[in-house]
This record gives sequence, structure tokens and C-alpha cells, in this order.
Amino acid sequence: MMAPVGRTLLILGLLVAAYGVVASIYGARAGKREWVDSGRRSVYALAGLMTIAWVIVEAAFLRSDFSFNVVASHSSTTTPTFYKLAAPWSSQEGSLLLWVWLMSLWSSLVLSLTRRRVREIAPYATAVLLGFAAFFTSLAAFFANPFATTSTPPAEGSGLDPLLLHPSMMIHPPMLYSGYTLLAIPFAFGVGALITGRLNVEWISVTRRFALAAWLFLGIGIVLGARWSYTELGWGGYWAWDPVENAALMPWLCTTAFIHSIMIQEKRGMLKVWNVSLVLASGTLAILGTFLVRSGVLDSIHAFGASTLGVPFVLLLTVMIVAAIGLVLWRRNQLRAEAQLDSLLSREAVFLLQNMVLLAMVFVIFWITFFPLISEALTGTKVSVGPPAFRPFIVPLALVLVALAGIGPIIAWRRVTAANLRRSFTLPVLAGVATAVVLLLAGGAGARPFALAMFALGTFVLASVVQELWRGAAARRAMTRESPPLALLRVVRRNHRRYGGYIVHAGLAVLLIGVAASSSFQHSRDVLLKPGQSARVDGYLIRYVRPTAAATAQKISFGAVLAVSRGGRHVTTLRTARGFYPSQDPTQGPIGRFFDGEADSDVGLRAGLTKDIWMVANPDLTPLKGLIDQGNRVFSAELTQTMTRVAKNSLAQQQAALAPLWQLRDQAITEIAARYVTHPWPVEFLLIVDPLVTWIWLGAIIIAGGGLIALWPVPVPLWRRVRAERRARATASPVSPAREPA
Amino acid sequence: MDPSRKRAIRLVVALTAALLLAAALVYISFNAGRREVTASQLLRVAKPGQSYILAGTVLTGSVRRDGAALLFRIRDPKLHLSVPVRYTGAVPDPFAAGRAVMVTVQEQPASSTFVGEQNSLTTKCPSKYQAQAAT
Amino acid sequence: MDFVIVMVVLAAVVLFVSAPLRRGIRAETGGGGELADLEAAREAKYREIRDAELDHRTGKLSDEDYARIDGALRGEAIEILHAIDTISKR
Repeated sequence: MMAPVGRTLLILGLLVAAYGVVASIYGARAGKREWVDSGRRSVYALAGLMTIAWVIVEAAFLRSDFSFNVVASHSSTTTPTFYKLAAPWSSQEGSLLLWVWLMSLWSSLVLSLTRRRVREIAPYATAVLLGFAAFFTSLAAFFANPFATTSTPPAEGSGLDPLLLHPSMMIHPPMLYSGYTLLAIPFAFGVGALITGRLNVEWISVTRRFALAAWLFLGIGIVLGARWSYTELGWGGYWAWDPVENAALMPWLCTTAFIHSIMIQEKRGMLKVWNVSLVLASGTLAILGTFLVRSGVLDSIHAFGASTLGVPFVLLLTVMIVAAIGLVLWRRNQLRAEAQLDSLLSREAVFLLQNMVLLAMVFVIFWITFFPLISEALTGTKVSVGPPAFRPFIVPLALVLVALAGIGPIIAWRRVTAANLRRSFTLPVLAGVATAVVLLLAGGAGARPFALAMFALGTFVLASVVQELWRGAAARRAMTRESPPLALLRVVRRNHRRYGGYIVHAGLAVLLIGVAASSSFQHSRDVLLKPGQSARVDGYLIRYVRPTAAATAQKISFGAVLAVSRGGRHVTTLRTARGFYPSQDPTQGPIGRFFDGEADSDVGLRAGLTKDIWMVANPDLTPLKGLIDQGNRVFSAELTQTMTRVAKNSLAQQQAALAPLWQLRDQAITEIAARYVTHPWPVEFLLIVDPLVTWIWLGAIIIAGGGLIALWPVPVPLWRRVRAERRARATASPVSPAREPA
Repeated sequence: MDPSRKRAIRLVVALTAALLLAAALVYISFNAGRREVTASQLLRVAKPGQSYILAGTVLTGSVRRDGAALLFRIRDPKLHLSVPVRYTGAVPDPFAAGRAVMVTVQEQPASSTFVGEQNSLTTKCPSKYQAQAAT
Repeated sequence: MDFVIVMVVLAAVVLFVSAPLRRGIRAETGGGGELADLEAAREAKYREIRDAELDHRTGKLSDEDYARIDGALRGEAIEILHAIDTISKR
């Protein structure tokens, strides 16, 4: 049994991490390279140890080794293999181990890539990364041990929560954790830069890609969670401003500000205080997000309940915040800007304004999310402010953000003239205005001014991005005579940071148009229908055709077939069902536990480019209660009699004696479930027609694509050519040595 | 205009905007917020017509349907008591007896039952729950 | 068996992590930090020059603005290159 090995690896990992912290700092202070190298090797060793530990846990899940407590409580022999692989991170213990493992992998990658660069900063960054690793490893080793075992393993595990049996849920946690752990890297290098005073461009150029990768993974994780919520949970929405949703959104917004803002430091040596503060805030918010999910400190559909991890996290967060503020204050002289803002009509000014808007959004989300704790601390009473409180702040801020996303790509650095403004802004502004006019004339949009504003601004952004791509390709074609598609491809490839970013902006516009439309123009009805009855939603006639029922060992489903038509023409047929999983609670009775356990919804969904038709059924099983109670009585009596008869027999003989009873039980359950079809009664349906939801997912895909383009490493030959060209020009052409006046 | 004066003006404008935002946030939070209570606190402080966010665990054996309404009891985390709730609206998939929930309720005059606000019921995702040790 | 696995892993970790210490002292090259800063600044300046050129070609900068900005950037790039040369010769 490998469980003791796994636990030992955790403790060994903790010791290696602790050694690495000391070795790195000592090596840096004493100028002893060999100790710094040894510290870096500690990170690699930790990655190796955690990989072995992870493999042990996955192997235990795959072979359904219920001697592992975590396997017994989160998996079963009937869990599909695909989900067995994901089951480790559905638990506190497994997800902590995943955190450390990912953290050690990314840390190994960045330290390997930078082993000949940032030599003064790297040891301190190593120490910080290993400090995080030590913290999470100690939590896993001593508070939530994934290798805890029992000497009396159950014959069957509890299984994975049925709500998590969804592909999005396989990928959502690793994406989020990758984002969180990747954020630790720029945080660590930021701390290292502050400690060493090396606050110029170098630490940023090293960590920029990791910040961008963190932003990308975190964004994908957030969207996957929203997608899961929309397609799996039976409420018809994709975002509920739940504390755990907000916990992932806050570091993402902060990182968005950081990856824009560092461009200004790279180009102009400005916003140094902003950049170190943003990177420290992003890392702290990532830890805060991890804390929120695990501590149970805020009531949420997603929190880890009242766990014992709250106190260690609060201590870590306190250390991080105090150290961050202290370091920034200590180095405030070295963080002075090398240049000043030339003009409010410049890309620098737009980025600065964008920073403020994003930070304002983070502050609003933080305040409202934590308000129960804030109010309790101030007044002694816990007060909650619900999701509607976000709207008055987030909507106007989002509108400003989208406007800036359109202005940013088409405004130049340093200063623009009125003529250039006219040339760059005319078409996108016209596109936005035209959209607003058309929508106003078409009717309906005027009643939702914020949505209308978002549509207009979104069009403005899309037009500005298309204009930039067009002009970039045209500029290249003027030099190379390439075909338009090839010119476009090559100009994007050569300037992938810029155009990748523009594509991200376009994706954001598409996504927010989808959000505005779906939240402002949704039609929703709660109806009670008998088979044959219909209801109207947004011009669609939805008829309840017939009930459906299915019973297997894993689940009993009660559902419906519904026909959707419009204007007399059949549009689609949808199926929806509510599934009930057997409960392990014996007090519910041998029959009742199959009808009273966990439930999930199979959403009936027809997704389209312009509209989604979404429905769920919520069948009331009260009419079956009589039969269920009768079944409980009959089978409880039979079970008692049988067990009394075979009490002294072996386990195998008992199971053989009970087998016919279980067959009869399964038959009874199937017949009871069939009553739902043979004697149908009115069923409650939630029917929703929602416009442009698909745009949200499309926008997210575009954002991810743009992010990947921006992240892609430039081919080495391209860099050599650029350097050679620049050297030749710099020596050949007359240049003015004077700097531009500030 | 002198660059340092420009910078000062920009700083004042930014700080003013930040202060206004903070003030609006604080105002809305304290005015639009609802008190979060446990079952025992609700029984103590509830006034008819006022909304409260009731947080607790669904009492095992208390869940039943009455037509479109869902009836259940929410128990106090520490004391042996529970309050009855009558709720209509979307029922989250994870909802079940023994699960931690939050629902916005109002006291019904001349009744011991609390009425849940439509679609205000939320349930904790059970996959991450870890019971506190030693209690 | 578990004990053997743990001992093997422990030995591997100790050998791997301590290898630089057992190899002995390596000479630390001076000025590495400053040079690295300048090289990063140089790359950033090259990117700025290319960005300005692209801004000009796509019409965001007029000819006069571009000439002024391009001249300034190239001047800054030359200063960085000179600084790099100075440090490299040390």
C-alpha cells in the first residue's frame, strides 16, 4: 500500500521546500552561487516528489482503493474512469495536493528558463515560491491529508457528487489552480525585485509571460465554471456573484490591469508603483480566493464548509499584505517614474484610466463579497448585500472598460494630434453610433439603455480591431505585395503581442454583448403543465408532449419531452429530466433512499447564435409517496427477516441470500418510477428564452485565442533579424541624441 | 500649464472619483443589505415585513411539497431548534436534507412559518464540505 | 518495500539537491545584474521602435510625429547600446 509512501513524500517535500528557502536566501546574501543553485534544485526536487505523490493518489482512485479515505468519500466502482481521474480535485485533500503539484511544476519551469537571467532576483523569488509550497504542503500533510487511510475500507465508495459529472467540471479546477499558482510567479519575482532593488524592466520581461498565462488559465477556468452553471445547474444562469466566483474574478481583473500596465513600464519607465502593487495584489487575491473556497468564512454554494484551514490562511494573507506594503514603502524612491504622462490623449493615459477602472471593479467586488464580515466587525451584525448590489457599480464600470478597450488599440503612444484622432476614430465611432440608431429604430433596445450602450460600445471595439487588422495587413502589403490573408497572418505573427491583445479585446466585446443581451432581454416563465398543455415564452409555444422515466442502479430520472414551435412551425424537440441518485441514508428506507438522494438536472437546451431555448423540469414526487412508503415497509420487513435468518452465515452467503431481494427491490423501483409515465400529473417547468448567450462562449473562445497568440514565443530567427536590422539602422541613419522633452 | 500642477489636478480628480465610489458603496451596502441570521437569531429578532437571510442546515425529514411550494425546516447550527420555511421558486440541484442553505425570508403575520422570497434559495455545493473537527 | 522506496527517493533528493555544493565554489561574475537590465531595456526599446513604425504605417502617427518619436527612440536605443558596450568591456 503506497499511502505511507505518499504521506512521507509530503513531509519530505515540506523539508525540501524549507531547505530550499534557507539555501536560496543564504546563497543570495553570501554571494555563494552553489547555494543558490542548490535552492533552485530544491524546486525541481519538490516537483518530482509531488509528481510521485500525485500519481499515487490518481492510481488509488483508478483502482478504487477505498482504504484511502479520500477515494472512499469521492469515488466509487461505478464512477466512469474519465471522472475518476478528476475526482481527486473534488476533495479538499486532493485539491491541496494539486495546488502544490502545479505550483512546483510552474516554479520549476520559470526557474529553469531564467537560470541565466535575473540572477540577483531569482534566489529571493525561489525562496518565496518555496515558501508558498511549504505552506500548502504542510496543510496537505497535517490538516487535510490525501493519504489518510482506514483499516476497514468500505466495499463501495460514496461516489462523485453527480453535479460534478460534467466535462466542464473535469477541467475547471485545474484551470483555476493553474491560474492561481502561475500568479505566484510574478508575485515572487516582484518581491525579489523589491528586495534587491532591481526594479527596472528585467523582472517584468521575465515574468510577463507567466502573468499572461495565469490570466489565460484563470479566465478559462472562470468561463468553464459559468458554462457548467448554465448547462448543469437548473437555474438558467451563468453568473450568480457567488463569493467563490468573485474570488476568481478579482485576481483575474487585477492581472488584466497588470499585463496592460507593464507595457507602459517597458516603454516609458512609468507606473512602477502601480506594477509592483498590481502584481502583489494579484498574488494576494489568488491566495485569498483559495482561502475563500476552503475556509467556509463566507456562505456560498461552493465553500469548503467550516474547515480547519481558515486560521493558517489568515496568517499567510496577513504576512503577504504586511510584507507587500512594507516592501513598496521601503523602495518607493527607486519606484519613481522615469517619464511623465505627456498627454491625456495618449495610450498611456488610456492604460492608466483602465487601471483605475479595473481596480475600482476589484474594490466593489471585494467590498460587497466581504460585506458580511465587514459589517459584523463594525456593527456586530452580519449583513449581506445580494447580487443586485453589484449592478449599479459594475455595469457603468464595464461600459467604461469596453470603451477603453476600443480606444486603446487605435490611439498612439505619447501624444496624438486631432488629425490622427479623426483618422483613427471616425469609422469605429460611426459603427457604434449606427448600431445604436438601428437598435433604437428596431424597437425594444431603448428600454434597456445600459444594454444599448454596451451594444454600441461593443460594435465600436469590434470596428476598431477590424480597422487595426486591416491597416496592419495593408501596411505590410504595401511593402511585400503579399495576398491579403497572407499579409494579415504575417503581420499578426510579427507583432503577436499587439494583435493578440487586439483579438482579446474583440473577444471581450463579443462576450459582453452576449452578457448584456442575455441579462437584459431574457424571457423566463415558471409554469405548471400537464401532458398536452402548452405555455408561451417570447413568441415560442412550448408544449409538454409526454413524461419520461428511467431507472438504473445509478440514477432514477423523471423527465419530459417538449415540442417548441413558433408561428405554427416546429422549431425543435427538447428533452429534460431531473435525476435522483441513491442516498446512503438508511433512515430513508430501502426504497425511499433512491428517490430522496442527490438530484441533478438534465437541461433541455437548444443553443443558437441568436437565441437559446432552455428548460428544466422539477417534478414533484409527492404522488409517489404512498407507493414509496409501502415499498419501504415491505422491503424493510423482508430485509429484517432475511438478515435474521442468515445472521450467522458468512458475508458471501449473506450476499447470496439477499441477491433475490435486491432484484425484487430494483423491480419495485422501476415499477414505481413507471407510474410517472402511466399516471402523469402536472409538472413544474422553468422555461427560458435567452438571446445571445452563445456569444458569451464565442467571445471567451476568441479571448483565449487572442491570449494564446499574445503568449506565443517569437521564433528565434525573427529576433535575430530584428536585432540585425536595428543595429544597421541605428549606426547608419542620423539620429538626434537628445531625449524628447518631458 | 505647469506639469506638476497638471499632475496635482489629475490626482485630485482621481481621488475624488474614488471617494465618491467608496461613499456610494458604503451607502448602498448598509441600506440595501439584509441581516444574515441563524434560526435562533431569526426567532429572536424577526419583525413582520422585514427580510432576513436565513442560513443553516435543512432538517432531515422536514422536506415536503405542498403544490408548487416547498416546505422545509432550517436548523440552528448550535441550538436544538429549527424554523419552518415555505418557499416557492427555483430549487437548486444540490438542495437536500442535511445540506447547508441560505434563503431570504419574511415572517408571516399570525403564523409561525417564514415565507421564502422567490428564487432566493441557495445551497452549498457539497463536494468541498469538510466538517469542523472536534465538535 | 515502502521503506525501500522512501529511502531511494530520499537518497536521490539529497544527492540531487546537494550536487552544486559538492561540486564546489563557482566564480560569481560581476555586473551581471546591470548588464541584464540594459539588455532587457534594449529589447524593450527595439519593440518600441517597431511599434512606432507600425503605428506610422497604420496611420496612428503623422509623418512629423513619427520622425520626432523615431529619432528620440533611436537616440535612446543608442545610449543603451553604448552603456552595454561599456559594461561588456569591463
